[in-house]
Amino acid sequence: MAETDQIILTMEGISKAFPGVQALEDVSLTLKKGEILCLVGENGAGKSTLMKILTGVDQPDSGRIIFDGKEIQAKSPQHAQSLGISTVYQEINLCTNLTVAENILLGREPHKMGRIDWAKTNALANETLQRLLGVDIDVAKPLGSYTVAIQQMVAIARALYVESAKILILDEPTSSLDENETAQLFKVMKKLKATGVGVVFITHFIGQIYEISDRITVLRNGKLVGTYETASITRVSLISKMIGRSLAEFDEMTKIKLESSKHIKSDALLQAREFGLTGSIQPFDLDLHAGEVVGLAGLLGSGRTETASILFGVEKPDTGSLSMNGNMVQDHSPLGSIKRGVALCPEDRKAAGIVDDLTVRENIVLAMQANKGWFQYLSLPEQYEIAEKYIELLSIATPSADQPVKNLSGGNQQKVILARWLATNPQVLILDEPTRGIDVGTKAEIQKLVLSLAEEGKACVFISSELEEVLRTSHRIIVLRDREKVAEFSGEIDENTIIHAIAGSEA
Amino acid sequence: MKKTTKPAFTWRRVTENRLFFPILALSLILLFDFIFIPGFFAIENRDGDLRGSLIDIFRNGSTVMLLAIGMTLVIATGGVDLSVGATMAIAASVAGILMNPSALKNEVFFVTDPNYTFQPLWLVIVSALIIATVCGLWNGILVAYMRIQPMVATLILMISGRGIAQLITNGLRVQITYRPYAFIGQGWIILPFSLYLVAIVLTITWIMTRKTAIGMFIESVGINFRSSYFSGIDEKKIKLLVYTFCGFCAGIAGLVASSNVRTSDASNIGLTTELDAILAVVIGGTSMSGGRFSLLASMIGALVMQAITQSMYAIGVPAFALQAIKAVVVILVILLYSEQVRGFVRNITAPKKEV
Repeated sequence: MAETDQIILTMEGISKAFPGVQALEDVSLTLKKGEILCLVGENGAGKSTLMKILTGVDQPDSGRIIFDGKEIQAKSPQHAQSLGISTVYQEINLCTNLTVAENILLGREPHKMGRIDWAKTNALANETLQRLLGVDIDVAKPLGSYTVAIQQMVAIARALYVESAKILILDEPTSSLDENETAQLFKVMKKLKATGVGVVFITHFIGQIYEISDRITVLRNGKLVGTYETASITRVSLISKMIGRSLAEFDEMTKIKLESSKHIKSDALLQAREFGLTGSIQPFDLDLHAGEVVGLAGLLGSGRTETASILFGVEKPDTGSLSMNGNMVQDHSPLGSIKRGVALCPEDRKAAGIVDDLTVRENIVLAMQANKGWFQYLSLPEQYEIAEKYIELLSIATPSADQPVKNLSGGNQQKVILARWLATNPQVLILDEPTRGIDVGTKAEIQKLVLSLAEEGKACVFISSELEEVLRTSHRIIVLRDREKVAEFSGEIDENTIIHAIAGSEA
Repeated sequence: MKKTTKPAFTWRRVTENRLFFPILALSLILLFDFIFIPGFFAIENRDGDLRGSLIDIFRNGSTVMLLAIGMTLVIATGGVDLSVGATMAIAASVAGILMNPSALKNEVFFVTDPNYTFQPLWLVIVSALIIATVCGLWNGILVAYMRIQPMVATLILMISGRGIAQLITNGLRVQITYRPYAFIGQGWIILPFSLYLVAIVLTITWIMTRKTAIGMFIESVGINFRSSYFSGIDEKKIKLLVYTFCGFCAGIAGLVASSNVRTSDASNIGLTTELDAILAVVIGGTSMSGGRFSLLASMIGALVMQAITQSMYAIGVPAFALQAIKAVVVILVILLYSEQVRGFVRNITAPKKEV
């Protein structure tokens, strides 16, 4: 019984669907007292949805949560907090212009004669920081005068002060911290652990996972991959669990791929030399050939998206050169890229892809019209013709071309953006996470589409956080790590080789 | 090819039309007038010109309508232009001083000859419009290229603009006696001349936005400028265009307004009309955060604003109380738009009308 006594939280069979996407499917998780559990997975794996369900931001479709021996269902973050589940979010939501003490005790300051007792407020705040976190700072100074790490700790102190918290959720707290600050935060986490608080730590830094955690729960595509003792899993196998390597059978895709690789032209269509941007992506060389699909593999933050945006001209390079069909590129801008026949399906569909209030038709013709300019307006019949053509070609499920694109499901929105770019008839198509957050069937459709586009003579860059998918579609794979191109593979590509390349030093 | 099945005519389709609420608001005000103000709808034929309270709403509303045309495009990109009132004053001052430069010489003499003008009319109008367009261009550069928030960027000209207008006229109110100029705001060709101006500007703007790609780009930039940028739309140029055009519209409105009062009064022409114009656009259903716009709906919005003013005067509300009452009516109209209120009304599910 000693074992079960230790368990403070059990989440069982949690499922949650959002319109068009199954965010979580039968996910379970346990957390013990005085344990640091790392929750890992690529973007869209379901980490944040799972935590939102725990803290009452979202309600699950099914499954149950047992906290401290009782079944609970948090109705709101406030409710979760009163139960003893506290959260510190990635962006610090405190007031930098108030003092540290005010921030910690905001809304529950001790009163004397109807006025706030400042001396007591400061003393309480100071005591909280020292007792809980072992941090000794002047609590009367404005929060803004301290480093981000200290601010993070104040956020933790506030979260813990509220009620006697039994679980603390830290959502990527280290993404804006440097090494020393991270070390400071880890010290605090260990201190909390010693007092019996269960900590759920979300991060995508592999090194930190091994430094601090006791166990690791891996999610992928809304499904639980497994929970592992940190000491008993190697980096390589952890990464392969995160990005998936259910050995792809020699399926239809592989055959198509082999077939299409015959059509690859030998002359480079797009050629980058020492091409890079300081702080974004280290200088790299890249050749893209007509008829070829080049996959970019690497973990989140390894520079995949940065590579795409510099190639498309969203960011301007500061070193190296890019040439297209042998001509040096001068105009590094999206419009310039469209004009020379380069297209990019951006990673963030909502923020950089769809224009949600415009109709499906308008979204499809947008880039084509931008290329034509203000005055060569496509007439309405022409617009409908183009829209209907791609709705049919990509089998976009929409009641009509006049439907606002926001009413479509994620997968269909993605197809609309694909249609937008196909309409510009590009020679080079860069696809950044084209299959994120969309259902399995549509995923396969898009993968096939990419290969058939290559067969038509286009060059494609395929970026995905799922290695399996990259392997399936790419003739050649480039591996990125820490914002640098570290390896390139072609021909018969072995998954393990790539996983090792992604993981780096430790083989 | 276009596949359209004629949608069934349902009450819901009518209420979802974006012209529905502006027209409903206008109808309610006119209904109020019909009941409480005798003879409000009477239109008399005076020497071939049509006159009456209803015509006056259109005539007096023409400055706000002109402003609302430009403002609609600015708001559709997610911005706002607070300086249109000041731009009106600048345009009026330029026009005034070119017709009657006596103020510059500090000579206090009155030009009473209705046929006297220092510069020919075409030059007066063109100069005033160019200066107003430059004012708009200035706003556009600040917003699009300097990345200053629209409200702050246009606030600069809103505050300094009247000072500039005073400088142009040497701080004096310039009397405008030249009769052909007065025709702009006071002339009639069956209907008031200023209404023809509105019609022309509206038509040009409609063609400019709906017969080219500009309208779609404006909406796209207003809804999601990042997606627009990724799609190759030059959002800076689009913003520069709309602010410049808004300045041009304000210039025309300035000519109409100064012609109406026969003075280029730098401190009063166009005072607070920027707010009327913004409200007209909002009543027309264009979201302040940008996106879909309808010029026609904005025009009805401008008429709603003017109809409120006119009706209040007609039932004898004193001028000083007008703003307060206008505010109440505007709040009621805006509430009609609120999704929350609409949902609330729907929940009551009473068959009565939403008022």
